[in-house]
Amino acid sequence: MTTFTTPVSSPHIHGPNHVSRVMAEVIFALLPAVAVYHWLFGWGVLLNIVLVTLGAVIAEGLILRLRRRPVVPAITDLSAVVTALLLAIALPPLAPWWLPFIGGAFAIIFAKQLYGGLGYNPFNPAMIGYVALLISFPVEMTTWLAPSYLQPPPLDLMATLTYALQGALPPGITLDALTAATPLDLQRTRIGVEQPIDLQHAATPLFAGNSHSSALWLQLAILSGGLWLLWRRIISWHVPVAMLGTLALLALLFHLIDSSYPGPLFHISSGAALLGAFFIATDPVSGATSERGRLLFGAGVGVFAFVIRSWGGYPDAIAFSVLLMNMAAPTIDYYTQPRVYGHVRSD
Amino acid sequence: MSRKLWPFHGGIHVDNDYKALSNTTPVQPAPLPAELILPLQQHIGAPAKPIVAVGDQVLKGQMIAAADGFVSAPIHAPTSGVISAIEPRPIPHSSGLMGNAIVIRSDGADRWIERPTSSDYRSLDPAQLREQIRDAGIVGLGGAGFPSFIKLNPGARTAVDTLILNGAECEPWISCDDRLMREQPQAIIGGARIMRYALQARETLIAVEDNKPEAIAALRQALHDVDAAGELELVVIPTRYPTGGEKQLIQVLTGREVPSGGLPLDAGIVCHNVATAASVERAINHGEPLISRYLTITGPAVTKPGNWEVLIGTPMAELLRLAGGAEEGQLLQGGPMMGVVMPSRAVPVVKTSNCLLLLPPAPTTPPHPCIRCGRCAEVCPVKLLPQQLYWHARAKDFDKVQDYHLFDCIECGCCAYVCPSQLPLVHYYRFAKSAIWAQEREKRAADLARQRHDQQQQRRAREQAEKAARAAKKRAALAADSDDAAATAKKAAIAAALARAKAKRAAATPENTDNLTAAQQAAIDAVDARRRTAQPVTPPQDPT
Repeated sequence: MTTFTTPVSSPHIHGPNHVSRVMAEVIFALLPAVAVYHWLFGWGVLLNIVLVTLGAVIAEGLILRLRRRPVVPAITDLSAVVTALLLAIALPPLAPWWLPFIGGAFAIIFAKQLYGGLGYNPFNPAMIGYVALLISFPVEMTTWLAPSYLQPPPLDLMATLTYALQGALPPGITLDALTAATPLDLQRTRIGVEQPIDLQHAATPLFAGNSHSSALWLQLAILSGGLWLLWRRIISWHVPVAMLGTLALLALLFHLIDSSYPGPLFHISSGAALLGAFFIATDPVSGATSERGRLLFGAGVGVFAFVIRSWGGYPDAIAFSVLLMNMAAPTIDYYTQPRVYGHVRSD
Repeated sequence: MSRKLWPFHGGIHVDNDYKALSNTTPVQPAPLPAELILPLQQHIGAPAKPIVAVGDQVLKGQMIAAADGFVSAPIHAPTSGVISAIEPRPIPHSSGLMGNAIVIRSDGADRWIERPTSSDYRSLDPAQLREQIRDAGIVGLGGAGFPSFIKLNPGARTAVDTLILNGAECEPWISCDDRLMREQPQAIIGGARIMRYALQARETLIAVEDNKPEAIAALRQALHDVDAAGELELVVIPTRYPTGGEKQLIQVLTGREVPSGGLPLDAGIVCHNVATAASVERAINHGEPLISRYLTITGPAVTKPGNWEVLIGTPMAELLRLAGGAEEGQLLQGGPMMGVVMPSRAVPVVKTSNCLLLLPPAPTTPPHPCIRCGRCAEVCPVKLLPQQLYWHARAKDFDKVQDYHLFDCIECGCCAYVCPSQLPLVHYYRFAKSAIWAQEREKRAADLARQRHDQQQQRRAREQAEKAARAAKKRAALAADSDDAAATAKKAAIAAALARAKAKRAAATPENTDNLTAAQQAAIDAVDARRRTAQPVTPPQDPT
């Protein structure tokens, strides 16, 4: 669909591309992952999405009012919803209500609007929100549910709501019964005692991951969404390929030297590696823009992710890796300008 | 027959090019207008100089304004009539400014001036050919309007390796070149051969986008009929905007790049539009100057889109009526990607007008902020970073925009077309370019003023220094007077000189007391005696 645009200056026609369409496609691409996540962990996932979105959109509206900027175009561009969705699926599925709400609001206020709103934020807002919560509320942020079929009686919608609002679990259920250590947690604790990770744990859900191989479905759902974005040309291949490639290469190298390090398959299918590669590191606003720059940016995220996972203080590292590379993005862009037509390379 | 082609970076594929609206019907002659307006500036370079006066009778094809300088082109009367005015009129420029124009009131007879008999171009030498082409007022008809004869001069510097005839016509909606290639392939080929001869080019390529199969077939047939020797080669190129841009076309056909700030000639290449070739053929083989052209009139606000052969100078309003154009709407000259908004419908068609595009009034939507998605950089055929240019242009950081090679931008509009935030990117670049030009003009003026000021300061300083030096010399001379040894000699010399002077003066002028008669002497003595005895005389009292 070609549309005619404002007649200030040529061109006078415009292609079908639009910010809200881009955002809607990203949301669409995340739906399979949300569905599988819900199937694995129950209602807490959807509750998180609703609460983060509320926090994000309310914060966006309020700040825009304070800044005397038009509210409706900014909210209908759906960028706040994308931020909220990415943050929500990074949170533990059973959380008190204020955790996701604060996360959403913090991400929008501090990581987006205070920098000037859409397009001006140097850091990925969803990752800032995640890191802020992780540092401020470490207990709540690391209490991960075991997938529903491992829990004695899965929590229904009412029980989830009750826990989220009042912090109370149904009688006879303890939090310990519902939660489990994640494979990346295990990897961290076991490398020290030189116990190789069982590949059984390789298939793991997001950010923390859990110990059942059918969580592979979650990773497949994310991968399919990512491939959809590639096919729709919403994202380019440079960042995912560079990031996953670097991560896999480093993992392979260390695995070959010392087999107590898990192999490339484990790293790629664990935690938020795929989500990061296709949905987070590809955020255009806070990333590098030139083609070579995107390759460098993705490779940097891969290196940091491997380093922090292997030797850092946190089990997963995608958020920190992306934020670290966000800082480097302007410099990367400056040094990776393409050779302009009619110029010789040396300049 | 298939030739290796190179890709160019980026570009866009427009879903629907709307060329079928106007390219299916034959070109019709537009009726003779009552009044023709011929701006003196229809080309790049100096405006032409009128050589007729108001009230003069002119014939069709008669030169009415001559080229003024080397980079300039003459203008001819498109029909017979009377010069009714030479005055500022609205011209087809987005500024809305007026430009000097010659206005002809048509007499309806459309009488030709006597045309020179044609001669075989091969009997002329290239310099003569160029002169005839210049005198026919031919300029690039693809849009730039550069005087064509200049681009037919290989010069001493470089040999022309390849002559390219541009029949790409990559902009959506426009189809006048398409119709010309279908209807007058022989004229294009004839012109191409003349140009090839003038340039002594090694090879000559006619490039047409593959979305014009009829034009390709017509040219192929004509080549088969006329060009048995195979002097020319028809090259079918993939349809992709802006492959018709000179630099992109050169890249597609030869894989070469025109150096930044340079000309195609620097790469051994010369490019001409197919319509220019056809007008060269008309000028050389038929003695007809450039007084008419094919023009597409189309757009969503036009009910009878098509192509017309129109006289240069025809007011656009009359042509829009011909095509059933709506009263409302935005009139563009050119295509939707690079076309220019016309300030009014009273402006005339000029040599470079290829399309009138009438757009319906469109609602204006405010753009979103840039999300740095980088689509603009993916489609930029020059491999610029349009969003960086945008940020710096917005911040008026004109040094930075030049670091990002603003002046290599060809303003094709691909970046703005794909921008999800719908930012008017090209508008920002034009703004930055004109601001930089203005700054440079100011800087030049300031430099000149500073230079003058500096020179004045220097002159004053020099004068003061000279004055001081003179004073010092004088002081030194006076000081030297008191020096004893030299001084006595000097004093003696001065005394001697004074004595000499006195003697000279005495010798030269006798006093009136010399040579007195006895009576005079007696009178003087008597007076002297009285004076000695008399009381001293008191001065008279002042009466007041």
